[in-house]
Amino acid sequence: MTKYFDSKIETATREEMQDIQLEKLKKVVAYAYANSPFYTKMFDKAGVKPEDINSLSDLRKIPFTVKSDLRDNYPFGMNAVSMDKVARIHASSGTSGKPTVVTYTNNDLEMWSECMARLITMAGVTNKDVAQISFGYGLFTGALGLHQGMEKVGAAVIPASSGNTERQIMLLKDLGATVLIATPSYALYIGEMIEKLGYAIKDFKLRVGMFGSEASSPEMHHEIEKKLNVISTDNYGLSEIVGPGVAGECLEKCGLHVNEDYFLIEILDTKTFEPVEDGQYGELVITALQKEAMPIIRYRTKDITRIIPGTCKCGRTLRRIDKFQGRTDDMLIIRGVNVFPSQIEGIIMEIPEVGGQYEIVVTRENHMDKLEVSVEVANGDLLDNFKKLDELRSKIKHNLKTVLQIDAVVKLVEPLSLKRYEGKAKRVTDLRDLSKG
Amino acid sequence: MLVNQIAVFLENRAGRLQALAKTLSDAKVDLVSLNIADTSDFGIVRMITSDNKKAESALKLAGFTVKSNDLIGIEVEDVPGGLTNILLGLSEEGVDIEYLYSFAHTKEKKAIILFKTSDVEKALAILKKHNIN
Repeated sequence: MTKYFDSKIETATREEMQDIQLEKLKKVVAYAYANSPFYTKMFDKAGVKPEDINSLSDLRKIPFTVKSDLRDNYPFGMNAVSMDKVARIHASSGTSGKPTVVTYTNNDLEMWSECMARLITMAGVTNKDVAQISFGYGLFTGALGLHQGMEKVGAAVIPASSGNTERQIMLLKDLGATVLIATPSYALYIGEMIEKLGYAIKDFKLRVGMFGSEASSPEMHHEIEKKLNVISTDNYGLSEIVGPGVAGECLEKCGLHVNEDYFLIEILDTKTFEPVEDGQYGELVITALQKEAMPIIRYRTKDITRIIPGTCKCGRTLRRIDKFQGRTDDMLIIRGVNVFPSQIEGIIMEIPEVGGQYEIVVTRENHMDKLEVSVEVANGDLLDNFKKLDELRSKIKHNLKTVLQIDAVVKLVEPLSLKRYEGKAKRVTDLRDLSKG
Repeated sequence: MLVNQIAVFLENRAGRLQALAKTLSDAKVDLVSLNIADTSDFGIVRMITSDNKKAESALKLAGFTVKSNDLIGIEVEDVPGGLTNILLGLSEEGVDIEYLYSFAHTKEKKAIILFKTSDVEKALAILKKHNIN
């Protein structure tokens, strides 16, 4: 029996949900216009007034908000409240320059916890569980987001933070953790280390994994499920919107249910920015429907996904978005072909003789892009003769070619020689100096 | 006779062979034979040690991919033609050799030939027929 955290919302009819969304949308637009100098300026410039928003599709009259808007208004220029109302400040790691700062009022924190509690319940976690949070605590929204949600559900929280993997494993085992929260890449590494340290997974009580904060393929989740003996669920969010808590998988694992009463989603064609039909891929654009400290309207996530048509067997009516193909930012263009690292990951994970870790390097030699994929040789049976290693390399090359349509150089490396990550993995290195053509 | 060897996957990077050797010496394991074919970016190191079981677990713990398997080992006279006769016997019956290496017992004037074949039983039968052990 599926248990809902808020059955009224989670099983609302489409009409009921749209009514809730429209009511909240009107309110948040008026609120942002009145209180956030950023949105006042944006609306005035676009010639839009809050009164112009009378239907959900009227949303499209409002321009997009993008990541650079947050950077340009660093640190508090997007805020709609004064500092006496702000209860928490988070920041996302800026890859270049200043971080992106986000703020929360107490009501925002409560809303965020509620969103997380729904996703946690969806993943089958209850107050009987013991949840180890192996996300880095700090400015990053992941750890505290899950932490608050777990507390709301009533689960016992082990705030392990990330790092010191041997200690993580000791805690998991000795404290009888039933739930692990980590990035998928760190979860996989923990699984590898459990094997390497000679522990048997049956001596652990783990049963559910909630793995988020980076795009991951279904194959990677299968690998984690095998190694950690858990149901591996995915969840999605981004700090600009709230942090984790936007969407998550239920136990049916057929897409991620969106907390639609808090987040209005659009899927837009990546070139025309027109809405695509349900089932078609496009860029996810999110409007937060109930945020006080830092309202955010039509935020371009750069994440590519689609709405999964139809209803979920779990009974929830919250619409589902598909697992992510990757960010438009992550997409590599190699010899003119669009390549998502997640496609490469999918291929690697389906080959049992190699481990789950991989590294992608793109270089340019003589005006020609070169894709190099390194994988770890995990299976001793390959060592019978050199031919087997060669065949493995050819098989990976062939599968990459089939999916990506480009030739790749496949490098076989020793186990545990590729870099492991305790947080978000960085698997792609693009060394092309495009100024040289 | 069957001789147990261990095979290790090794990247062609500076220091890797040294890391392998150190793992063995730390485990107090002595090398009897060591064989590496040259390759571009990775290769298979094959070896026989004073204690293959101990070597295997030490190498696994150090993170190497290891496989232990049995080779056919034969002792031949360390004189011209010693190998030729044996190979003739095997090739006549269509037994394929995947790889082979040898080491010599200088004192006894004997050479030990080790080889890997896909059909171990057939190879052993042929060798027996030729009175080679």
